[in-house]
Amino acid sequence: MSERRVVVTGLGATTPLGGDVETTWKALLAGKSGVRLLTEDWREQLPVHFAARVATEPADQMERVEMRRLDRSEQFALIASREAWKDAGSPDDIDKERLGVVIASGIGGVITLLDQFVNLNEKGARGVSPHTVPMLMPNGPAANVGLELKAKAGVHTPVSACASGAEAIGYAYEMIKNNRADIIVTGGVEAAVHQLPMAGFAAMKALSTRNDAPERASRPYDVDRDGFVLGEGGGVLVLEEYESAKARGAKIYCEIGGQGLTSDGYHIAAPDPDGEGVQRAIKFALQAAGLSTKDIVHLNAHATSTPAGDVAEANALRKALGADADHVAVSATKSMTGHLLGGAGAIESVFIVKALQERLAPPTINIENLDPAVTIDVVRDTPRQLPAGDIAALNDSFGFGGHNVVLAFKSL
Amino acid sequence: MALSQADVLAGIKEIVEEVAGIPAASIELNKNFTDDLEVDSLSMVEVVVACEERFGVKIPDDKVTELATVGDAVNFIVNAAA
Repeated sequence: MSERRVVVTGLGATTPLGGDVETTWKALLAGKSGVRLLTEDWREQLPVHFAARVATEPADQMERVEMRRLDRSEQFALIASREAWKDAGSPDDIDKERLGVVIASGIGGVITLLDQFVNLNEKGARGVSPHTVPMLMPNGPAANVGLELKAKAGVHTPVSACASGAEAIGYAYEMIKNNRADIIVTGGVEAAVHQLPMAGFAAMKALSTRNDAPERASRPYDVDRDGFVLGEGGGVLVLEEYESAKARGAKIYCEIGGQGLTSDGYHIAAPDPDGEGVQRAIKFALQAAGLSTKDIVHLNAHATSTPAGDVAEANALRKALGADADHVAVSATKSMTGHLLGGAGAIESVFIVKALQERLAPPTINIENLDPAVTIDVVRDTPRQLPAGDIAALNDSFGFGGHNVVLAFKSL
Repeated sequence: MALSQADVLAGIKEIVEEVAGIPAASIELNKNFTDDLEVDSLSMVEVVVACEERFGVKIPDDKVTELATVGDAVNFIVNAAA
């Protein structure tokens, strides 16, 4: 049997920029920020008063009864998956034993967990919802999508903090490549805009505290960046084996050529300043995809707007890509969406697929003064045209724990 | 405090509609929670707890399995409150 290839045939998203892919993509190209002041009173407890909430509340996209037994992260997963499945042409007649779901979350149903703890304290054990466990389990988003689609090839949830979404897509890629499945609904979601996780991130000094200008707070590569902005939402892709996709006449966006996975072995939260693990991940992704650094024209960076992380990544990119970094249009879309943690690698993969389709690299906003330590070619303020012909792009995603995931996408 | 059958039925209708999204109009005494109304086991727990709060009665777990129909639940609650 010839080598199995993996292509993207469907996209879905709900993000701080829009309730679907099209709305999100338009806002992204327009350089809009999805970051806002929080309206909840609890913000006063925290040093950070803002976040990037989804642009469209799940209540506007789902039935009330369905919502009440789903954690917010599960709601995002179903909303994005339904869009992606429809975009893929709703191939409901495929063999369910060849259909899988791989959807990640960095933290899982943390809002449910904390809300039910309040219920326990206020009303006793009888007041704890019987839906608590299915709502808080981190595999809940994948499991709910798997149930809806009746997927029987396997339902999985890789967890690697902020690399989770990308790791899920990589896992799905491997499942198709290794002939465990022909079609997978895959991505990542996060719903952690709540005082407790925010207080935890703030205690690490990981969050921006630019309370007087929330929309300007997420500023990857700017000299005055002071931390990331927490976002929520999710992204989902439908991946398919190339021959199966062609046989059913599916619309094919692009190919996933390969992935590179490494770990730093350095620190639980701080990035390795040399980015050695990142460089190896890039090398492995290129090897797996049969690409060279010359083929790469676009990269969606992890770039969260933290002082240490952005420069470590930029240095690693320069070292891994060498002189070829000069023709790589680097976009830091977290400047607009905030950081979706386990959803980040997934929405950013959606953005790469759109970038390859429309030949446009989205901008990075809020760079007033580029950090002189950053020697890569950052796309600033307005989108940049990508070349015609065969092109390829990379998605970087890293997570607390020292996880590095690089996905390689190729035009078809 | 004594509760009338009609009051309890009206209350259960509201609770089942809230929890399971089943229109109150389709909820009748002879309807089976599982087979007719498709209230699953987890939602049934929610219905029971909501009934306890609303009607001020205790519905022990070993009795819940005996409440197959809406009528069973209404009778149990009316008797328990009597």
